[in-house]
Amino acid sequence: MNEMVRAAGVNKVFGTFAALKDVSLAVSRGEVTCIIGPSGSGKSTFLRCVNQLERPDSGAIVIDGELIGYRRAQQHLLELADKEIARQRLMTGMVFQRFNLFAHLTALQNVMLGPIKVQGRPRREVEKEAVTLLERVGLADKRFNYPSELSGGQQQRVAIARALAIQPKLLLFDEPTSALDPELVGEVLNVMRDLARSGMTMIVVTHELAFAREVADHVVFMDQGAIVERGAPGAILVDPQHPRTQNFIKAVLK
Amino acid sequence: MAADRVDRRKGAIYGDEILEISALPTIRRRHYGRVVGVALIVVAVAFIAKAFSEGQIEWKVVGQFFTAPAILFGLLNTIWMTLCAMTLGIVLGVIFAIMYMSPNPVISRCAIAYIWFFRGTPLLLQLLLWFNLALVFPTISIPGLFEARMVDVMTPFVATLLGLGLNQGAYTAEVVRGGILSVDTGQVEASKSIGMTPLATLFHIVLPQAMRVIVPPVGNEVISMVKLTSIASVIGYSEVLRNSQDVYYANGRVIELLIVTACWYLAVVTVLQIGQHFLERYFSKGYSRRNGVPAPAASA
Repeated sequence: MNEMVRAAGVNKVFGTFAALKDVSLAVSRGEVTCIIGPSGSGKSTFLRCVNQLERPDSGAIVIDGELIGYRRAQQHLLELADKEIARQRLMTGMVFQRFNLFAHLTALQNVMLGPIKVQGRPRREVEKEAVTLLERVGLADKRFNYPSELSGGQQQRVAIARALAIQPKLLLFDEPTSALDPELVGEVLNVMRDLARSGMTMIVVTHELAFAREVADHVVFMDQGAIVERGAPGAILVDPQHPRTQNFIKAVLK
Repeated sequence: MAADRVDRRKGAIYGDEILEISALPTIRRRHYGRVVGVALIVVAVAFIAKAFSEGQIEWKVVGQFFTAPAILFGLLNTIWMTLCAMTLGIVLGVIFAIMYMSPNPVISRCAIAYIWFFRGTPLLLQLLLWFNLALVFPTISIPGLFEARMVDVMTPFVATLLGLGLNQGAYTAEVVRGGILSVDTGQVEASKSIGMTPLATLFHIVLPQAMRVIVPPVGNEVISMVKLTSIASVIGYSEVLRNSQDVYYANGRVIELLIVTACWYLAVVTVLQIGQHFLERYFSKGYSRRNGVPAPAASA
């Protein structure tokens, strides 16, 4: 199968607010999909459903052939145990808008925690790999620093290294540059660009339209919890068909 | 025009006059209020010292009983009870804090009821309840395994431990809950995202970060626990105050023995305070700048 993620008819309601309305999306192996749209459009909620930080009210998500959150028993879906859900989350690495590095651990410990405590791999091997990952994001020299001692851009790059450390099948980015000072956005996008080139499957929720244009294989525009338009970046970003997409892109570029 | 306006104000400084002013020596202001305050304190301390030196205290007796076996044995019991009751209190506190935050209403209300009862009744009353439990349940048994008379089980030590520990647990539960609430939800989400189970998240991420908030109030409570053990003297647990009372009932040196006991309490509390300082420093790692070295600035 060349399909890494497949979501079908995903709905999510918060109280009376419909955050996701019948969202269906497929992402192929090695491809980058960028989700754009105004705030409150459900982009982040969808991403959080993929790694089960939110539970969809209905619909199904399959990652690399594995149904997420449930086990099929004939005509029913049985909810999985916490332990099973935790294991499924190892398929996805998540990069958060506000970095969420573990504040009581150094950069290196942040990267090593998952492989050691969750995957139970030997410390020596993990440490070597973690240093390599930090080198890859250009921060090997900051490995003994705590998050509070790093700039936003540096924290986000450590967070990317942490997400990669569990060797996920795909990476999820939830507005990874939205909390950064403008001059720090570039360093994070560079790392993401390298990852995309290396063949990583990525779903990126972003407002960086130039980045989406350059790196994405597909762009999805969401509004009011539903996918409005999807297609190649050249089509969506340059020549959008739907008036809501047109308005959004006009507003962002202004 | 602006210069004209400045010139007209009385005492206005203009032009190069500031250069002349900047070279003048400064004279510090005298704080006469402070001088008077210090003088008052010195006089008061002198009076107190004089009163004590002339008062009817035999300092020799204080020295004599400072290391008397009965006192040292009592001190050991005090420290041991503090350790046991505090451990029980912290374990119960963590458990009930987690139960309090459970989404299941039965579990969370059970924790609320526990805190309500043990925080809402006097500690002395709770001690007496435990100590007199035999009046309600003359025997205690687990069918087929074990059976005993309650009066044999509920010794002064056990009654004190249960009384202090359960009471402490109710207070610590609230402190721990506050600590857990202080941890950002993003930390929990990040922990889940690298595949941690809820329990692993609690132990590897949430509690270590909550400790920063939990340690100062719990340190405070350890210190008050050292002194609270003294109320166990009413049910006959031989801690240091009880033992010193036993001694002064025999020899009549009331104040001397109370001074000895007070000194020992102060000594224990001083050691604990120093320990708390290091514990706080350990758990604040990652939050403060280390060794006074400023955090490195952002680099490209």
